[in-house]
Amino acid sequence: MSTSEAQAGAKSAALRPAKIERPPGGSRRWVALAFLLPALVALGALVVYPTLDTIAQSFQSDNERSFVGLDNYQAIVESARIRTAIINTAIWVVIAPMVITALGLIFAVLTERVKYQTAIKTVLFMPMAISALAVGVIWRGVYDPRPEIGLANATLGGVVDTFKAGGGLAGALPPPDSNLEQRGGALVSSQTVSPGEVAAIGIVGIPEPADAQPAQQPEGSEGAVTVVVWRDFSPGGGQPGQVDEGELALPGAIVELTDDSGEVVASGQTDDAGVVAFDDVEGSLTPRLAAANFREPFTGVQWLGPREVTPLGFPHLVTLSIIFAFMWMQLGFAVVVLGSGLSALPRDVLEAARVDGATEWQVFRHVTFPLLMPVLVVIFVTLTINVLKIFDIVYVLAPVSVQDEANVIALEMWKSAFAARDFGVGAAVAVLLFLLVIPIMIFNLRRFRREEG
Amino acid sequence: MVAHTEDIAGYQPKTLSQKITRAISKGPIHVFLILMGLFWLTPTIGLLLTSFRSAADNGESGWWEVFSEPGQLTLEPYQNILSDAGLTTAFWNTIKIAVPTSILVVIIAAMAAYAFSWMNFRFREPLFLIVVGMLVVPLQMALIPAARLFNGLNIFGTVSAAIIFHIAFGLPFAIFLLRNFFIGIPKDIMEAARIDGASELQIFRRIMLPLGMPAIASLLIFQFMWTWNDLLVALTFAPGDAAPLTVFIQAQTRQFGANLDVIAPGAFLTMIVPLIVFFAFQRYFVEGVLAGSVK
Repeated sequence: MSTSEAQAGAKSAALRPAKIERPPGGSRRWVALAFLLPALVALGALVVYPTLDTIAQSFQSDNERSFVGLDNYQAIVESARIRTAIINTAIWVVIAPMVITALGLIFAVLTERVKYQTAIKTVLFMPMAISALAVGVIWRGVYDPRPEIGLANATLGGVVDTFKAGGGLAGALPPPDSNLEQRGGALVSSQTVSPGEVAAIGIVGIPEPADAQPAQQPEGSEGAVTVVVWRDFSPGGGQPGQVDEGELALPGAIVELTDDSGEVVASGQTDDAGVVAFDDVEGSLTPRLAAANFREPFTGVQWLGPREVTPLGFPHLVTLSIIFAFMWMQLGFAVVVLGSGLSALPRDVLEAARVDGATEWQVFRHVTFPLLMPVLVVIFVTLTINVLKIFDIVYVLAPVSVQDEANVIALEMWKSAFAARDFGVGAAVAVLLFLLVIPIMIFNLRRFRREEG
Repeated sequence: MVAHTEDIAGYQPKTLSQKITRAISKGPIHVFLILMGLFWLTPTIGLLLTSFRSAADNGESGWWEVFSEPGQLTLEPYQNILSDAGLTTAFWNTIKIAVPTSILVVIIAAMAAYAFSWMNFRFREPLFLIVVGMLVVPLQMALIPAARLFNGLNIFGTVSAAIIFHIAFGLPFAIFLLRNFFIGIPKDIMEAARIDGASELQIFRRIMLPLGMPAIASLLIFQFMWTWNDLLVALTFAPGDAAPLTVFIQAQTRQFGANLDVIAPGAFLTMIVPLIVFFAFQRYFVEGVLAGSVK
């Protein structure tokens, strides 16, 4: 049941086929045919014949199947949507296999060193067992743009808020005819205060703060500058610049005091009554509401959004987001296969290098890595073929409105043929995909012939 | 846990101070691995908890709120979807497609693999090379002609169409896997059986299948999960009444937020069977993946 057992089993079985023994002859030909027949019929009728027929279809019109030359291929080149699919498939092929193989190597080497490696491998491997549909559903939830619902934005928002305090007063304005002016993003009072005095900063243009206390004009205290921040608005009107009945305190606002040269000498946050007091200050000082108060709250990154709403208008965010979900799904495959490769390494070679005084890094760089190279190549090639065929995770994870921007070739084939109902163009896209796969097919055939000797 | 960790690769720390130094130097590895493990688990747990919350709660706050308000957990979404005739039909369709496909792929592939590994016939090598080449053929290459074929046979839109297509595209890998395993079965056993006058069918049933069981089990599990999790084949050949769970849920994702109370428990329902199979037969599953990575 454990991964190590599986590794042992795999080594014995399929991963390292025994050299072919000539089978004992004499079996009659029709018996062999009988055993092969069901497979030959199925493969012939549904793989070989369709492949040839699709190639023919790609040079023919949709239903009449009259010869149209390269028209279908020209349609591919001219379609902006299909061009996007080709670009995105290129992004997938360049990023996903390389990143997953590299991360897989790091995880495989690290998990080898701990006792609970089976548990970690199982956790990483589990997403392989579930459907791309379920992976798509899981990550649609993670990528929800609303920070209160989507895990990605909740995490990111938490980080942003940790490093940038404030932000509760976005959109605030000085009331008309007040003693406040906007300067460098902050709201600055035009009147200075000295210790023992009280400064009042009233603002408008913000919604009613939740659970707020009524504001009160505080008493000044000796030797300290007291500042009150409140929402200078009451339904009955009230006097601008004065704390009136029914007006609300603004807790958590960041207040700064600056001296003549504009240097900040003190800063603090208001309490529940909207009041903050500064001891140990002297001279005449200018109070202001720091710019951080007016920062727009974190509204969430549109991970799966069209380019119009992504940060900096980056056009490929949706593709990168889907690649990340794919990595979550496939990393376990790389880790398990590499783990099996690592455990098959000759111990004495590693020992010898260590005895010779090589550091762990040198052992990895000059012994482990070269010995693992064949396994790395197999993983890289397998991931490349998986990426070229990627369909469901894009189809499920990209919202309908963004699907053209997240398009990939394998998805476009299905859409051209079965959504747009044009078998000619669909066949041409399929042939394009087939051409991309052929180098891998040749690679596999050569490797197979070499291994069979 | 940290103190007991030993380097699997090499020398054992001798003294206590060496042990402590090793344990401390490994601290970052433990922190990293455990954090990554949690990171890998969290999205799945998130879906599970989402599926046990009401649509109203899921529209207002994230699933992590159940840790502060466990009262939000409810069986209602599952009660709702399990009483939905469309969803239960889809669940049965999934079984109707996945079970026959897996069994037929194993039988047909085992027969072919036996011929490829232990029988002499002309064109054996070139035929097998073609099978190896087919390992990477994208099934997109066959969708259009197969759709026409199934239309002609009047089975388009039925579970049979999905089963037949799955079998054909499952066979190359299945034959490859089993043939590589069958080749490793000792020659003496085969020769003894042949000298005793056993027919090929008897050898196949009495020797090949029992001795090939580890590989057959891997293949069976792998093919079952592959078919169970498929979206593309069923979407193309078995839409409508024959649609399996994946297709049924995919149709709901067009209005993701509005249908989340169906999508989340439905998606979890599709995951339960593969996850049970995965944990029960992890060894065979891993073997299948390892063998598959050779393709």
